Amino acid sequence: MGLLSKKDTKLILDPLADNNPITIQVLGICSALAITAELKASIVMAISVLFVLGVGNVVISLMRNIIPSKIRIIVQLVVVAALVIIVDQVLKAFAYELSKTLSVFVGLIITNCIIMGRFEAFALGNGPWRSFLDGVGNAAGYGVILIIVGFFRELLGSGTLLGFKVLGDPIEKTGIYAIGYENNGFMLLSPMALIVVGIIIWVQRSKNKALIEDH
Amino acid sequence: MSNRTESNGYTILFAIGMVVVVGSLLAFAASALKPNIDENKRLEKQQNILYAMGVNENDESSANFVSTEDAPQLFEKYITKQLVIQGDKVTEDDQAYLIDVKKEQANAKAGLERRLPLFIGEKDGKTYYIAPIRGKGLWDAIWAYVAMDENMVVQGAYFDHKGETPGLGANIKQRFFMDDFIGEHLKSNGAFKGIDVAKGNADPKNEDKTDNEVDAIAGATITGNGVSAMIKSDLKLYVPYFENLKNN
Repeated sequence: MGLLSKKDTKLILDPLADNNPITIQVLGICSALAITAELKASIVMAISVLFVLGVGNVVISLMRNIIPSKIRIIVQLVVVAALVIIVDQVLKAFAYELSKTLSVFVGLIITNCIIMGRFEAFALGNGPWRSFLDGVGNAAGYGVILIIVGFFRELLGSGTLLGFKVLGDPIEKTGIYAIGYENNGFMLLSPMALIVVGIIIWVQRSKNKALIEDH
Repeated sequence: MSNRTESNGYTILFAIGMVVVVGSLLAFAASALKPNIDENKRLEKQQNILYAMGVNENDESSANFVSTEDAPQLFEKYITKQLVIQGDKVTEDDQAYLIDVKKEQANAKAGLERRLPLFIGEKDGKTYYIAPIRGKGLWDAIWAYVAMDENMVVQGAYFDHKGETPGLGANIKQRFFMDDFIGEHLKSNGAFKGIDVAKGNADPKNEDKTDNEVDAIAGATITGNGVSAMIKSDLKLYVPYFENLKNN
C-alpha cells in the first residue's frame, strides 16, 4: 500500500461509514442542526472541522505524555479554543471576506463534541501520525453527513443548491413550481435536520444489520 | 501515566504554564494583527456605504462590493459630504464614517447626546443620504447602511450580521432580501413609520412600495423582527434632519 498501511487506511475509512461520528456515535448533532439549512454552510463547516480536528489531534497526541490526567479535558479545550481563535484572527487580517463567512462557526467548532471526543478517545493514546489520520477520518465522516443533510434541506426547503435556483423560481412560478410544487419551509427549521439524520441512520442500519445494537 | 504527571504540584505548574503560553500567544496574535484587522474593517465600512448607494459590482443575483483597492478612491469620489448630527447641530467631519454606532447607542443610554453620522453621496445627478443603523438579531448584532432620498424613500440598503443562522437569519445579507427595500417608503402620510419585515405579507413580489412592509424570510422571524426594530428606532432619529432639509 505504500504510504498507508492497512490499519491506517481503516482509521480513515471506518468513520466514513461503519463508525460514523454522527450516525453511529451520535456526536456533533448540535452543529449538524445549526448550520445545515444550506449546502454552502455545511461544506464550510466540514472543511473547518477537518482542519481543526486534524491539527488538534496531532497537537494533543504530541502532548499526550505530559498532560496531567486530572485536567486533561481543560487542556483539550484550551488547545482547540486557542487553535480556532488564532486561525480566526489570521483570517481576519489576511482574508477578511473568508473570515466573515466563518465567524459563525468559530463557537460551534470549539464546542463540537466530536473534537473533544477524538482528543479523549484517540489522540491521548496514539502517536501523531495515526492521530492525524483518525482526525481526518472522523472529520470527513462528520462532513459527509453534514453535506447530505445540507443538500436535502436546501433543495427541499429553499429549492436551491449553493444558492442556485435549481428547481425554478417560486415567486415567478417557473420550473417545477409551474405545476404546483411548493417549497417545504419546515425543512429549514432545525427539527428537520434531526429527522433527516434519523432517516440516514435508518437507511444505514437497515443496509448493515451488524450496526443494530441489541437491547 | 507515570506518577510524575499525577502529582498536584505538577498539575498546578502545568496549568500555570499552559495559561501563560496560550495567553501570550493569543495576546501576541491579537496585537500583531490588529493594524491589519482595523484596516480591513475601515475599508469594509467604505464598501458598505458605497454599496448602499448603488456603487457596487453586483451581478444578476449576488451582492458584490467594489474591490478593497478601489474603495478609498471611489469613496472620495461619490461621498461628497460626511455629517455628524447632534441634536440641532449639524457639523461636517470627514472621519464621520469611523463613528462607532454601537458606542453611540451606549452613550445615548448613559444619557449623553448621541452623534448620528450621515453620509451624502452624489451619483448620476441624484443625491443619496446614507445612514448607519444597528440592532439585535437572534444571536448577535445586526447592522445596516440605508441609503435614502430627501423624502426618506429607500434607495438601497446593505444588511450585515455578526452571527445569524446560516441559511436562515444570515440571509438578510442576500440580494433577494436587501433589494426588496429599494423604493420602499419609510414614511406613511407624512409621518415616520419605518419598514416592517412582515410575515404573511400579501405582497410577496413587493410591488406595493408604500405599504411600509417587505416580505420576511421563512425561519428567520427573530432576525426579521430585529431588522424592523432597528429601522424604526435608529432611522427615526434622522427624521428632524430631513424635515429641516425640506423647510430650507
